[in-house]
Amino acid sequence: MSVVMAGVLPPFTLNLWQDIQAMLHYGFMQQAFLAGTILSVVAGLIGYFVVLRHQAFAGESLSDVAFTGAVGGAALGINPLASLLVTTVVVALAMGGLGERLRGRDVAIGTVLAWVLGLGALFLSLFNAHVSGAGTGFSGVKVLFGDILGISTDQLHIIALISGLTVLALAAITRPLLFASLDPDVAAARGVPVRALGLFFMVLLAITVSEATLVVGALLVFALLLLPAAIAHQVTTHPFAALALAAGIAVIVTWSGITIGFYTNYPSSVCISLLAFVSYIAVVGSKRLQRGLLSGNRMHGVRNPG
Amino acid sequence: MPIAFADTLSPSWDLVADIQILLHYHFMQNAYLAGTLVAVIAGFMGYFMVLRSQSFAGHSLANVGFAGATGAVLFGIPSIAGLFVAGVLAAVGIQTLNLAENNRQSDVAVGAVFTASLALGFLFIALATSEYAANVYDVLFGNPLGISDGDVVIIACSTLVLVGAFVLIARPLFFASIDPDVAAARGVPVRTLGFVYLVLLALVVAVAVQVVGVLLIFALLVTPAAIAQYVTTRPLVAAAVAVLLSLIFTWIGLAVGYFTPYPVGFFITTFAFGTYVLVRSGRFVLNRVRQRWLASPGDSSIGGAA
Repeated sequence: MSVVMAGVLPPFTLNLWQDIQAMLHYGFMQQAFLAGTILSVVAGLIGYFVVLRHQAFAGESLSDVAFTGAVGGAALGINPLASLLVTTVVVALAMGGLGERLRGRDVAIGTVLAWVLGLGALFLSLFNAHVSGAGTGFSGVKVLFGDILGISTDQLHIIALISGLTVLALAAITRPLLFASLDPDVAAARGVPVRALGLFFMVLLAITVSEATLVVGALLVFALLLLPAAIAHQVTTHPFAALALAAGIAVIVTWSGITIGFYTNYPSSVCISLLAFVSYIAVVGSKRLQRGLLSGNRMHGVRNPG
Repeated sequence: MPIAFADTLSPSWDLVADIQILLHYHFMQNAYLAGTLVAVIAGFMGYFMVLRSQSFAGHSLANVGFAGATGAVLFGIPSIAGLFVAGVLAAVGIQTLNLAENNRQSDVAVGAVFTASLALGFLFIALATSEYAANVYDVLFGNPLGISDGDVVIIACSTLVLVGAFVLIARPLFFASIDPDVAAARGVPVRTLGFVYLVLLALVVAVAVQVVGVLLIFALLVTPAAIAQYVTTRPLVAAAVAVLLSLIFTWIGLAVGYFTPYPVGFFITTFAFGTYVLVRSGRFVLNRVRQRWLASPGDSSIGGAA
């Protein structure tokens, strides 16, 4: 839940510049914007590969796994971030290891996910039975839906550090990973370690998803991971342009979502996710419309640039 | 949360007496009735879900129930109606987006619908008061030990109707799932069948979610079918194995859950996952042994079907 009190907030005026100044006057809004920007860039970049490699299910599962990891850590009294990172990385490797071929992969992911969710139920009941009420401040609902407006300075530092390392690691493997994602067979024939790259990418994905889930919640992570990249994938086929576009769209959506959330008092994760979803629908719809027009034109002899 | 009377009743080695104790309470009778019905239809539907590589769609449709349930509370309609509406809308959304993307990226379409429904669910919670925080867990993890007589009647009726509808399309759907191109060439309406299957899946999930929760319905859909795929390649046998396995997991899980203070969902998913790992590793060893036989030149007696 957003911690803002409606009575104290400045009203929305038509002077946009003043509005932004008024909004950024608050410390928690500055931190939300900073964290949102960092996470959007990472999620956009990683997300493009998720879309390219058809791993949306894996990405979504990992945020559910992060839930289990966080609840487990809270129930057993371990540092949530540590237990979260360990759980997601282990599960990511298991998913990558169990489902080698594309065809069987979603079943392997689903099976692992079902069991991890079962574990989550166990940890949740343990947590409710033993730890709840001891003032740990942990809340399952918060892990699911998050609260980007409630980020602490420590969390911001952790995000910045982990995200920086993730982006560096991704930059190091971008070219071979692109090759391996676009045409695994040819890449393997050329000596690119396709399998190792896939597992390494799963680990990067796991780290991104888990650190972000702890801070902004599973909903927002998945929305930022998938939708901007899906839009970029629709708009351009050039990989590096698409990478930049995905990160850019993610940042814009996040900024707009936080601003809307601030002035309307709706949860910002909902605003960001729905904004991203609407943009995605608009892009897919206009693409479809365009294709329809083009195929109509083609009958009259106009060359199809697709 | 499970209402287990572990302190008053403990399991003995007299199995008949145990079962009598188990079925003595009305809520356990209801749990077994509802669990059996859900397990049968989930095993059946799950076989096709795995065959069609639609685990992600199944998982998303289960989570869509979350938006349906919270929306129903907000708008003051019966929760089963909300679940049905949300499920059918999601199935339509997935199908439409899939077509718009030319079936290229089914996981992105599913993910987009999933994000939107999760965001809407959270928005509904935010719009209503915070009293649903506990409800969130019930929707997610279900409460198999708290099923009322009315629930059982609803489940029984919907299961009958859904099984009837499903039997009607089972044969062409099987054809369309195994080889969509040949089926389309033979005049089977592949797209329509795919859509009908998605809607049926959404309805099954909607019925089951309010009883066993998102977690459990997904586990019963995916894991028994995944195991069945490793045991046999014959479709009818595989579907039967899937139904049988999900029945066994449900029955044992309910019994163990009753005698221990831990959630039923954990035991069902753990038995299922354990069996899956056993079958997969057994399969792996068998394949290795068979390969060795093939490699040794003198021995040509390779018995057993693939």
